[in-house]
Amino acid sequence: MAKTSATYSFSYRIRKAIGAWIKYLVMIILAIFFLFPIVFMIVSSFKENELQVISDMSSLNALLPVGELGIQNYKDIFTSLDFGHLMFNSVFIMLITVISGLLVNSLIAYALARLQFKGKGILLGIVIALIIIPFEAVAIPLLLFVNKLPWFGGARSWLDTYHVQIIPFIADAFSIFLFYQFFVNIPKELEEAALIDGASLFGIFWKIILPLSKPIFATVAILQALASWNRFMWPLMVTRGPGVRPLTVGIQSFFGQDPRLWGDLMAFSSMITIPVLILFLLFQKWFVQSVASTGIKG
Amino acid sequence: MADNRRTKGFPTFRKKESLLAWLFSTPAIVLLIVFLIIPFVWAIYLSFTNQRLIPNLNIPTEIVGFRNYIRLFEDEAFLRGLLNNFYFVAVVVPIQTLLALGLAILINQELKGMNIFRTIYFGPVVTAMTVVAIVWTFLYNPGEGLINAFLNAISLGNLGPYDWLLDTKLVFPAIMFLSIWQGVGFQMIIYLAGLQEIPSSLYEAAQVDGANKWQQFTNITIPQLRNTTIFVLLSTTILAFKLFDQVKVMTNGGPQNASMTTMVHVVEMGWGQLKVGYASAISIIFFLIVLGVSVIQQSIMKEKGSES
Repeated sequence: MAKTSATYSFSYRIRKAIGAWIKYLVMIILAIFFLFPIVFMIVSSFKENELQVISDMSSLNALLPVGELGIQNYKDIFTSLDFGHLMFNSVFIMLITVISGLLVNSLIAYALARLQFKGKGILLGIVIALIIIPFEAVAIPLLLFVNKLPWFGGARSWLDTYHVQIIPFIADAFSIFLFYQFFVNIPKELEEAALIDGASLFGIFWKIILPLSKPIFATVAILQALASWNRFMWPLMVTRGPGVRPLTVGIQSFFGQDPRLWGDLMAFSSMITIPVLILFLLFQKWFVQSVASTGIKG
Repeated sequence: MADNRRTKGFPTFRKKESLLAWLFSTPAIVLLIVFLIIPFVWAIYLSFTNQRLIPNLNIPTEIVGFRNYIRLFEDEAFLRGLLNNFYFVAVVVPIQTLLALGLAILINQELKGMNIFRTIYFGPVVTAMTVVAIVWTFLYNPGEGLINAFLNAISLGNLGPYDWLLDTKLVFPAIMFLSIWQGVGFQMIIYLAGLQEIPSSLYEAAQVDGANKWQQFTNITIPQLRNTTIFVLLSTTILAFKLFDQVKVMTNGGPQNASMTTMVHVVEMGWGQLKVGYASAISIIFFLIVLGVSVIQQSIMKEKGSES
């Protein structure tokens, strides 16, 4: 009796161990699948010999740091392409879009969620309905529109500017909706206590709602920042030269030049990707939470 | 109700509150009107005109009725693009959804090192699609590209080499493949959130009843993930109709329109050829498709709500 139960648990343990190993094997194979292009990109960016980059492609050497290694490709993109300027453009556009977006979208969401005013229901309905209209559907009329829009200082067009890449993306119906959902669930008692203590409505927003709402601000900031960093179609259409162009359009334009310098291209790609990957590794929890929040709860 | 009580005896308070609400709302309202609602309404109008991005003095801008819409049916690039979008939906949406579910179940296990795997699977999502497109163009290099080398090695020399991006039959599947690689981590996280919301008591009860893992999966996991699945399926479908970045960078719709998509065609017509009126008509068709998918999503999800 004792013996059978011992053998049972022994074989059970073995089966469990084998099961775990199979799971790990599957997960490692999948990890290789998701990692290899990124490893390939980074490894190739350090290979200084352009011919070697290409010849390594037909073997595992593509993924290994072999041959003449160095940072020449990185030097190239900073000198011949003015990578620094493109990077500045992308960071600048992203920061201004995200910061003003957080302010504008959280304010209207706060009004919709916490304040009483006429037309509130209709306004909320309109904002939610607007989520359905994708930017892609209005891009072409908007292009025609910004082409003729004046700006301070007598400019007659918004083309080739920073603001044309920022202002259309500040207000975002989906971000408003995310803020709204969060604000509406904050307990009312906190505000009421503050009101009795004589706090102003703006004071309540600033001192009570904002500190409680860090998670939703982080969520919206990450979603907007990723969207801005990766945005491609719109800046492609509204920028003509490298002056105000973001990295995405810069690399596409460099990619279109003959002959293709793969080492430089991989250095360029790595420089776009690595900062975001580092931020992702540091704030992983927030990234994952942001993405999860885009799914509608059942 | 509570608000009425709160503001009783403060007639000016209500007024102030209302004023503040509009003050808070105005920036967003103005921006949404100017950059979303007006362009959208304008797109509908423009789609009935022959408006050009830069007016051509020889062709006065005028209303042309349904001419743009009628022309769509004779426009091979448009039809090919739309067909490709449906092709993408038919292939990528089911594969990506199943893969995302599988990955979510894998990383939801309580094994050591799970965080590392989650990080790795999600990594491509934070990589810009333009970068992904360039790296994969290199991987798909005809002749001695890494993908060709890999296929050659595992098939013992029987497969390849293929001209991935130059072959009209292979180019679109090649783009689909990298799209799944880049995008699946996103849906994986949404599924993971869905999995973690399932009450563990359901599984405990099933174990007491003697249900095996597979029965638990089909009788608890799948039904509990119903709304998540609907969301993933339909949001991926909408993304499929927006397909642009990778195609623009890798092939610009070629060769011979084999990888054309609706959005690539919109940009080519409106920005490349300056035909804003015609491009607007395509944008409207694109919007109607997205609207249709969203309406389906809403109605299926509501159905569930009334059942339970």
